[in-house]
Amino acid sequence: MSNKYLIFLGCAIPYRVSSYEISARKVLDRLGIELVEMPEFNCCGLPLDPVSHDAMLVLAARNLALAEQQGLPILTLCPGCAGTFKKVNMLLKKDKALRDMINNHLKETRLEFNGTVDAKHLLQVLKEDVGVEKIKTAVVKPLTMLKVAEHVGCHLLRPKEYSGFDDPEDPQVLKMLIEATGATCLDYIGETECCGAPSVGVSDKVALQLAREKLSHVKKVAAQALVTICGFCHIMFDTNELRIERMFNETYGIPILHYTQLLGLALGIPAEELAFNELRVDPSKILKAVDEGTE
Amino acid sequence: MAETEKPKDIIKASEIDPKFKYELLKMPGSEKILRCFQCGTCTSDCPVARFSDTYRPRTIIRMAQLGLRDRVLNSETLWLCAACFTCTDRCPQDVEVASVIRVLRNLAAEKGIVPAVFKEQANAILNSGYAYNIPELKIKKRETQGLPPLPRGNPESLRKTLKRIKLFDIVQKGSSPT
Ligand code: SF4
Ligand code: SF4
Repeated sequence: MSNKYLIFLGCAIPYRVSSYEISARKVLDRLGIELVEMPEFNCCGLPLDPVSHDAMLVLAARNLALAEQQGLPILTLCPGCAGTFKKVNMLLKKDKALRDMINNHLKETRLEFNGTVDAKHLLQVLKEDVGVEKIKTAVVKPLTMLKVAEHVGCHLLRPKEYSGFDDPEDPQVLKMLIEATGATCLDYIGETECCGAPSVGVSDKVALQLAREKLSHVKKVAAQALVTICGFCHIMFDTNELRIERMFNETYGIPILHYTQLLGLALGIPAEELAFNELRVDPSKILKAVDEGTE
Repeated sequence: MAETEKPKDIIKASEIDPKFKYELLKMPGSEKILRCFQCGTCTSDCPVARFSDTYRPRTIIRMAQLGLRDRVLNSETLWLCAACFTCTDRCPQDVEVASVIRVLRNLAAEKGIVPAVFKEQANAILNSGYAYNIPELKIKKRETQGLPPLPRGNPESLRKTLKRIKLFDIVQKGSSPT
């Protein structure tokens, strides 16, 4: 348990999803989680894994070693970064030969991995360090007028060997946290399926069809919004929804919200401070419903 | 549609490298590849396979087991995997399917075969610490958004740390898969 974390932004969020960072910082501050900025962090390593597994290990271990110097655990906004750190932490802790090999590379810049800090995704911090009960008591504007759906994404759930804080086949944590805001979280088909983002650039066609399939399932249950907790998933849906509508001649009109935006509204943070204006799919219907619902 | 079907690409015995599987058994991630009994769970649950006519993780595993080294490493389908890890979690034989695919990609990369997106990201990391070249404008905008300055990476230290890893060659040269 901790209420002080080094924040690891990763790459995609500062590059393309500042709405997530803005809303996450606001919400964490409200809930008493202190964030410390971390210079010198580099990419978590995951994007290099397909090219060189060793390079991935070294990059991840370098970040963990830097955090060890500060003596603070890491909080990530990106599930991919969290998954990578957890996996590498575990692998290096249990395999001394591998740890020595990696430390041999880290030695070049006088760093050393010892396995003394943990890394958690925002969702895990909200569940374990803040707690659902505390969130419920902090809610000043219950979102009882909203029915939404959730998309946890792959890397918080799988592989189960490393993720380990939710059920990979029937995830509950994000649902619980959504319901803590007062909103209803609807079930839909294929909740744990991939958004398609990792296939962008290799086959946009496959990627867009994956996102479209999910949007169509979400539309079937008449969810007013789809709630994400990953920058990549968010881009995949929010940036591509209009494109998918045009390509397949369909209408969705489903706003894609960061969980931190939803929670922020419930905590009474004004919508203008939660970067709703940066979303591509117009969220004004949601904001209006929230406004009117509490008048 | 029979009339548009291509002639079958028959495997020739000369393509088979019997040592390939033993190499894979030694690499982290593909140690359990021989356990695969071709049940097809991975392919049937694979989201990419659902929308691709060519991508089949079970087939990739079988080709690797058989020792079809060049066929599998030159194949562009190898790069379609979204690394969602559904296959890994559901394989009844505990084959880490997604990790086997990653091992195969690494081997392809060593031969110089890497799609452009992966190369771009690797180069951006080596140059800035971040996987994208984040524009200065974006970095400056943070101030108006009420965000703290973006932590600067340390590419020099990164390059030092990675200097004995076969990465520079791979991402700075190399070709795209066919
Ligand atoms: S699920 Fe496992 S055993 Fe079945 S075909 Fe795939 S890799 Fe082989
Ligand atoms: S990890 Fe790759 S092969 Fe496995 S199910 Fe996901 S996309 Fe398919």
